[in-house]
Amino acid sequence: MSTPEPGGALLSVSGLRKHFPVRRGLIRHTVGAVKAVDGLDFAVTTGETMALVGESGCGKTTTGRLLTRLLEPTAGSIVFDGHDITHLSQSRMRPLRRDIQMIFQDPYSSLNPRHTVGTIVGAPYRLQKVRTEHGVKRAVQELLELVGLNPEHYNRYPHEFSGGQRQRIGIARTLALRPKLIVADEPVSALDVSIQAQVINLLADLQDELELTYVVIAHDLSVVRHIADRVAVMYLGTLVELADRDSLYAAPRHPYTVALMSAVPIPEPSRRLQRDRIRLTGDVPSPLNPPPACRFHTRCWKAQPVCRQTEPPLVELTPGHQVACHFPEDVPPATPAG
Amino acid sequence: MTVPLDLPDSARRAKPEAGLAGMGGTIQGRSLGQIAWLRLRRDRVALAGGLVILVLVLVAIFAPLVVRLLGHPPTEFHEDLIDPSLQVARGPRGGISWDFLFGLEPVNGRDLFSRVVYGARISLLIAFLATLLSMAIGTTMGIVAGYFGGWIDTVISRLMDLFLAFPLLLFAIALVGVIPDHGFGLSGNTLRVAMLVVIIGFFGWPYIGRIIRGQTLSLREREFVDAARSLGARSPYIIVRELLPNLVAPILVYTTLLIPTNVLFEAALSFLGVGVQPPTPTWGGMLSEASRLYTIAPNFMIFPGLAIFVTVLAFNLLGDGLRDALDPRAR
Ligand SMILES: Nc1ncnc2c1ncn2[C@@H]1O[C@H](COP(=O)(O)OP(=O)(O)O)[C@@H](O)[C@H]1O
Ligand code: SF4
Ligand SMILES: [Mg+2]
Repeated sequence: MSTPEPGGALLSVSGLRKHFPVRRGLIRHTVGAVKAVDGLDFAVTTGETMALVGESGCGKTTTGRLLTRLLEPTAGSIVFDGHDITHLSQSRMRPLRRDIQMIFQDPYSSLNPRHTVGTIVGAPYRLQKVRTEHGVKRAVQELLELVGLNPEHYNRYPHEFSGGQRQRIGIARTLALRPKLIVADEPVSALDVSIQAQVINLLADLQDELELTYVVIAHDLSVVRHIADRVAVMYLGTLVELADRDSLYAAPRHPYTVALMSAVPIPEPSRRLQRDRIRLTGDVPSPLNPPPACRFHTRCWKAQPVCRQTEPPLVELTPGHQVACHFPEDVPPATPAG
Repeated sequence: MTVPLDLPDSARRAKPEAGLAGMGGTIQGRSLGQIAWLRLRRDRVALAGGLVILVLVLVAIFAPLVVRLLGHPPTEFHEDLIDPSLQVARGPRGGISWDFLFGLEPVNGRDLFSRVVYGARISLLIAFLATLLSMAIGTTMGIVAGYFGGWIDTVISRLMDLFLAFPLLLFAIALVGVIPDHGFGLSGNTLRVAMLVVIIGFFGWPYIGRIIRGQTLSLREREFVDAARSLGARSPYIIVRELLPNLVAPILVYTTLLIPTNVLFEAALSFLGVGVQPPTPTWGGMLSEASRLYTIAPNFMIFPGLAIFVTVLAFNLLGDGLRDALDPRAR
């Protein structure tokens, strides 16, 4: 297996689509498709953290499942570490699974309630037939310690742990095979706010220690602010903005990002005054029947006739800052970055 | 292949989550099964049911011993104790005495106690084996339908509907009625028992199958299934190691509840004369004979009837208790 030099693309995705057919009637004929993911292009470089942010239902989990090949794409391609994994069979995919792991959203559903922590965290070794130097038990205990759990709790069951502890167990399981890429699907959204920072910090620490590359999914911008190197904003299955963290938080260019941002608390009161709070009105349209052209036009306060007719392509406005909008926000005059 | 677990030292200092330190002490965790057991132990009614079942099973297994100690051989006639004109036991209460605990059978004077005890053997044997068969088929079909879904699910679900709509009693009567005396290397009542097990068991699977299918449908959406898959687990592993342990509870509960149904079904077939043939005693067969005589020999009907009633009740009480103890919503 080739190991790309740091800074090279570990994962690249182009034109990625996943449409779930909707079937009706006795003979289950197809009457339409939920366009959960509808054309994504992005690349993740080795060692970075890319955040994927968007409202609930915009296709983030589906994207995560496509990247980890729990789902097969309808169209497009996924290249991981030099391998085109877009349509790999499950058996051809199996050896590659060591390198791509997923942290799941719900720590109550992601651990089998009938298995002990030892069984859960040791499963990767058994499934991938990996032998450990000092036995599986020792390896599992080292992993538990690594994620801040008591290794003595090896024989305990998931229901004996809190949400945060369960999420740590899930993280330990993903680390067992020392993967290159970890896709974390809303890793803290099910946790108490007081615990969220701890788990995010753990992920950041682990990234430094183990040289991991992350795709972190979140439904609001505040969660990933401190961990992301780049942020991709998703709306109804498409990317609307993709930028370096600092550039995005300092000057969001897509109206949707601006709206999302106004939900994020601003630390400095002086800047809070400058920014009107923008409320997103209306419901998220159904991915079964997304609005034509710019999908955001039904809720956009800047929408013009052209927005309903021509789809704005994702273009690089400034280096490292891509936006899909006919009327992007202006970059504010250079003020000291805050 | 070995994975290098050479974690840098600095990696070992992840901050433990608050509240964890206090959790030391006992290291062995309590499984959900152990918790359910603790809950069941507090359920007196279910425990009473369990105890009755235990006694019934022991009595059935050690029937020869029980009869030797407390009765007379089940096929031994005691015509000397029968009133020749009325054809029932001499004296009051149908001949109940220390010698004949349940009294005597009319006409030939066989020991009712021994016959009820031996009846437990047939009844429980057929009910247990038939339930085992239903459970094996039902669990397999239910998991396969629920896990794979699609056309496999459609086919199995329709099959279940078909089996449930089948006029089983009529079919069983017709089929058991034409069982030859020899076949499949078996003969006489052994062959009949085997046939009854197969017929009752084979038609009982959809009850368990439907429940297991429903549970599998919801289990397969749980993220631990995806976690296993993302580690490269194949379907057999997911079914056996991830899903099955979560299905033990419903399997146990519905097995316990299917047994009394099968006890009743066997009794009905014996009552109709298509079950195990005399002189082997069966509860249903005794009831059938007693139904003509109950006005003059009520004990002939009461004891086998009571045996069926107590058995069915005990299994239902235990089954309900198990369901409460294992109920995931109570967790
Ligand atoms: N297996 C599926 N079958 C049909 N529709 C699905 C399936 N999975 C997800 N969807 C639909 O795809 C859309 C995106 O879902 P999801 O990726 O879970 O969004 P998010 O994680 O951003 O909340 C939703 O409308 C959802 O209902
Ligand atoms: S393209 Fe038009 S409708 Fe879409 S976000 Fe930009 S301004 Fe709004
Ligand atoms: Mg999601």
